[in-house]
Amino acid sequence: MSAGNSPTWIIARRELGSYFSSPVAYVFLVIFLLLTGFFSFAQGGFFDRGEASLVAFFAWHPWLFLLLVPAIGMRLWAEERRAGTLELLLTMPVTTWQAIIGKFLASWIFLAVALLLTFPAVITVNLLGSPDNGVIATGYLGSLLLAGAYLAVTCLTSAMTRNQVVSFILAIVILMFLILAGFGPVTELVSRWAGPTVVNAVAAFSVMTHFDGFQRGVIDLRDLLYFLSVIGFALFANGLVIRNLRAG
Amino acid sequence: MIRIENLTKEFGAKRAVDSLSFTVERGEVVGFLGPNGAGKSTTMRMITGFIPPTSGRVLVGDHDVVQDPIAAKRLIGYLPENAASYPDMTVLGFLNFAAALRGLTGDAKKKAVHRAVEMCSLDRVLYQSIDTLSKGYRHRTCLAQSLVHDPAVLVLDEPTDGLDPNQKHEVRKLIRELGRTKAVVFSTHILEEVDAACSRAIIIDRGRIVANGNPEELRALAPNAGAVTLQLGAADAEQAEQRLAGIPGVARVERSGERITVYPSEKRASGELARAVAELAGREGWALAALRTEEGHLDEVFRSITLPDTHGSQAKPSGGAA
Repeated sequence: MSAGNSPTWIIARRELGSYFSSPVAYVFLVIFLLLTGFFSFAQGGFFDRGEASLVAFFAWHPWLFLLLVPAIGMRLWAEERRAGTLELLLTMPVTTWQAIIGKFLASWIFLAVALLLTFPAVITVNLLGSPDNGVIATGYLGSLLLAGAYLAVTCLTSAMTRNQVVSFILAIVILMFLILAGFGPVTELVSRWAGPTVVNAVAAFSVMTHFDGFQRGVIDLRDLLYFLSVIGFALFANGLVIRNLRAG
Repeated sequence: MIRIENLTKEFGAKRAVDSLSFTVERGEVVGFLGPNGAGKSTTMRMITGFIPPTSGRVLVGDHDVVQDPIAAKRLIGYLPENAASYPDMTVLGFLNFAAALRGLTGDAKKKAVHRAVEMCSLDRVLYQSIDTLSKGYRHRTCLAQSLVHDPAVLVLDEPTDGLDPNQKHEVRKLIRELGRTKAVVFSTHILEEVDAACSRAIIIDRGRIVANGNPEELRALAPNAGAVTLQLGAADAEQAEQRLAGIPGVARVERSGERITVYPSEKRASGELARAVAELAGREGWALAALRTEEGHLDEVFRSITLPDTHGSQAKPSGGAA
């Protein structure tokens, strides 16, 4: 399979093209960059930390992505269903999986571009001090995986409805659970009536728990597996939803 | 090219398509007719592999659509209902996308897109985004998409829906031309299209085939097909009614004012019946103003076989006999 002409890439290219052919993509990029800047410098106390790191920058990503990733992914399937192009796409000689992966990849690439555009933050810390650029690199990897996991969940919710707003809200609700299961205040609450095993089990489902390692410069195989399996599971469920849709 | 065997689709308890079987060969244009909700779109969606059948199978070329969907879909060009396309793309971008998914690249792709653009006369809007197009152009853009890979099988779901009369005429002409080398199935509920474009028509009702034949054969199913209508002077009409009933092979005679319709007992004898009527008129010296053999109208055929309780072909005792 030559990569450039495989149906997966053709679909991914079309999706990417449709992001950049509308102003929405640029608006999104600007908002994302403004918000990351605002949160890490104003809210995150970037300067008060007195250390050359991007901890303040990455710490906000799980919350920022909570709104921004569903906004990027909500139209992927919902719009195809609303416009009736789903029928067109799936009667082309492509498999459902090729379409699912193609769409997912396009949006993931778009999010990667958004992340890449935060490079001035890296330059800034490097000018101000001498940060551990290895930690920054794993931080970016963690962020990209986090965005991928959120995106896969959004793909799933997008396939469940023909209304983009519904898919947006559904995605946020599901992602909230994934965040909160490992969020400090929530784990404390759980620990009041459950043993540490339960607390750990619940927290293990959370993106927070697995995101933290990357921010400390550690690439733990379990964290990697966690994100990849969230992506895999959500996209698999996405496939089931599409199959169900077609079976009537 | 298309072979459908006992195709059945159930949505919950409702049977939308009920053991349908038919074949379509290359060089045939088959019109797929039926009232709304008869199962036309559902059948087409099963042929094109969008939805799987509950039972039965569809073969396109020699490929089973369920077992070997990619090979089957390669042979098919499909215009879905409402001719959906991506509104944010340009016409050219959309056709390039479709051609690429069909496995065309480089020069072959360029040529294929160019050919489809010419067939559907889209050259004036190539660089316009689809959401700025009129309905007719949008429709043709989607039609061009279905032709871009020169498929052996064309499945068109209401290809003339929402077009103005000129555009309808163009599309029908195109379908007729395409039908010379391809197997074409198109659905419609406009009966004149059967004469305008089809070599054969299949009428379905509630998921079952109720008629399958060329337009002449279908017309012969009309209640008045083969009957002879004549118009006489007022003075002769009353007397003529009884005399006409005496012709051998006449089942019954109906009169309304000066118009008399003579129904044969056997449809095949229609030409003879007209001659017999003319001879009789000559002998009696009636002032014959008009005489013609009825061919039967397709809409009458359609009404008589797709409504319950008017024809023997309806066997299902469902509640909707209004």
